[in-house]
Amino acid sequence: MKNVGVVVLVLAVLALANAAFVVRETDQVIKTQFGKPVGDPITKPGLHFKLPVIQKIRRFDKRFLEWDGDATELTTKDKRFIFVDTYARWRITDPLLFFQRLQDERRAQSRLDDILDGETRNAIANHNLVELVRSSNREPEQDSGQIDIQAQLEEIQVGRELIRQEILRAAQSRTGDLGIEVLDVQIKRINYVEDVRRKVYDRMIAERRRIADRYRSEGEGEAARINGELERELKRIQSEAYRTAEEIIGTADAEATEIYAKAYDQSPDARSFYGFLKTMETLSSTADERTSILLSTEGEFYRFLTDIGR
Amino acid sequence: MTRFGDFPKNIVNLPGQGQLPKIPLAGVRAVLLVLVVLVLLFGSLYQVEPEEVGVVLRFGKYARTTEPGLHFKIPLGIEMVEKVPVQRQLKQEFGFRTERPGVRSEFTRSGLQGESLMLTGDLNTAVVEWVVQYRVADPQEFLFKVRHVEETLSDMSEAVMRQIVGDRTVDEVLTVGRQEVADLVEVKLQELCEQYETGIQIEQVVLQNVNPPDPVRPSFNEVNQAEQEKETKINQAQSAYNKVIFRAKGEAQQTISNAEGYALDRVNRAKGQAARFESVFREYRKAPQVTRRRIYLETMNEVLPKMGTKLVLDETLEGVLPLLDLKGVGAGVLSTPAKPGGEQ
Repeated sequence: MKNVGVVVLVLAVLALANAAFVVRETDQVIKTQFGKPVGDPITKPGLHFKLPVIQKIRRFDKRFLEWDGDATELTTKDKRFIFVDTYARWRITDPLLFFQRLQDERRAQSRLDDILDGETRNAIANHNLVELVRSSNREPEQDSGQIDIQAQLEEIQVGRELIRQEILRAAQSRTGDLGIEVLDVQIKRINYVEDVRRKVYDRMIAERRRIADRYRSEGEGEAARINGELERELKRIQSEAYRTAEEIIGTADAEATEIYAKAYDQSPDARSFYGFLKTMETLSSTADERTSILLSTEGEFYRFLTDIGR
Repeated sequence: MTRFGDFPKNIVNLPGQGQLPKIPLAGVRAVLLVLVVLVLLFGSLYQVEPEEVGVVLRFGKYARTTEPGLHFKIPLGIEMVEKVPVQRQLKQEFGFRTERPGVRSEFTRSGLQGESLMLTGDLNTAVVEWVVQYRVADPQEFLFKVRHVEETLSDMSEAVMRQIVGDRTVDEVLTVGRQEVADLVEVKLQELCEQYETGIQIEQVVLQNVNPPDPVRPSFNEVNQAEQEKETKINQAQSAYNKVIFRAKGEAQQTISNAEGYALDRVNRAKGQAARFESVFREYRKAPQVTRRRIYLETMNEVLPKMGTKLVLDETLEGVLPLLDLKGVGAGVLSTPAKPGGEQ
């Protein structure tokens, strides 16, 4: 009797241990009975119970789950070869449906691969590369020195954001009946494939060379302009100074001439006296020891010599 | 859950324990009791470090959040604690990793090209390295809403950075647009963090090295160099201009001043001479004949001593000139204004 009691107690404890289960904050759980789901999914965390042994539980994550696409080589509409790496966030919204359609997360990931890779491929094949890179038609900010040197940004019609939403909508419409919801798809990385990358580098180098050449020729042009201005300024300054100087000299000469004329030309007497004075002055200023002079006694100076002799 | 699994095992083992060994039952019981008490005690105490908070879960369900210090919980796996470092600033690095932080931190970049290489809006490429600094603002969201939060954050950062860089030219990303890029990424990343309910607060996004890809870098340097050359050339021309023009301006001033000096000189001389003439002439008019003769004689008196050779010819002598050796006398021969003086 005592032994039976112990056995019953042990069985009861075992049954209780089997019947109780914990649902964590991150879990959602469905109960299955002989493999068939029973009751509503349990999403409230805490301690829960099921029928021991007969019922089993399946746990699913309630959180946002990751999906990370492989970097795949794709071709855009304008025939550019690129690597695209996408990621998505999804979650199990209907564990029951999820369990029925996909069983577990591994299979879900594989379905998501099919859906998201396919939609990404479609979207990329339908758009030019620039649409995948740019999100808006914003005007680039110009470095003050680099006016219109930069390659102009190509206009876009759709843009990265809308393409992303396009992929997301397409994926959502295909995952609704799987008990999951795709919350977000993002293009994580886009890059040129190796061959193209080299060509892009070549193009970038050529573009930089062009800019460098432009700077150099701008420098030379500016220097030439300054030099030209220098020549012009120099000539202007010099000639203006010459002109002003000549004008001043001319005015002074004219004034002097007027003064002289006024003094020397006032009467016939003055004219003759001026002639005499000037002659005397010239004689005085030109005579030196190398000058010889012949004087006739007839002349004014020695006239009296003969007078005395007589 | 592992500790929860221990719970029934202990109970199951206890009754079987007393039957096997025959030795002192009371002693074994005491030891077991002490052991159980110790296990329970250690299982119910926990410590929360200063930069953390403890999130207590009862049967997996959120019960409470505890501040730093020593706390109790229900042992045996009924209550569990998750510690979240809410005060610590966390960071993620993109395009490089700090290998050994310190005054001179060591970085590695190998194999991280894929992270940092991205397309710009003009379909060029740039290598962008950046750091995202963040903090756990909401421990519950951080723990319960997103699986692999940190990978999620890393994916988001990469996507957002490429979105922002993709809308700019390579020049903007490399130069003027740097701060703008960092600011926009910060805002967008915060939006995404909230949309995903990560419980993360983005503190700062810092752009580190932003470079053109290695094969292209020399040509970018060439552009900088060319820009310098341009400046140099212009400066040189400007300096030559200044040197010549300012000097020319001075010289022009000099020319004009010289002319003005000449003008003053000329006019003053004229005035002086005219005045002198006027004075003399005024006196001359009083006695013209005498004055004329006086001046003549005075001049001769002054001049004659200075002259080398003087010849006085009597008017009666004739034909003397041809005999004179004029060469010896010198070049300059003056003939007095005598009436037949035109012997030559």
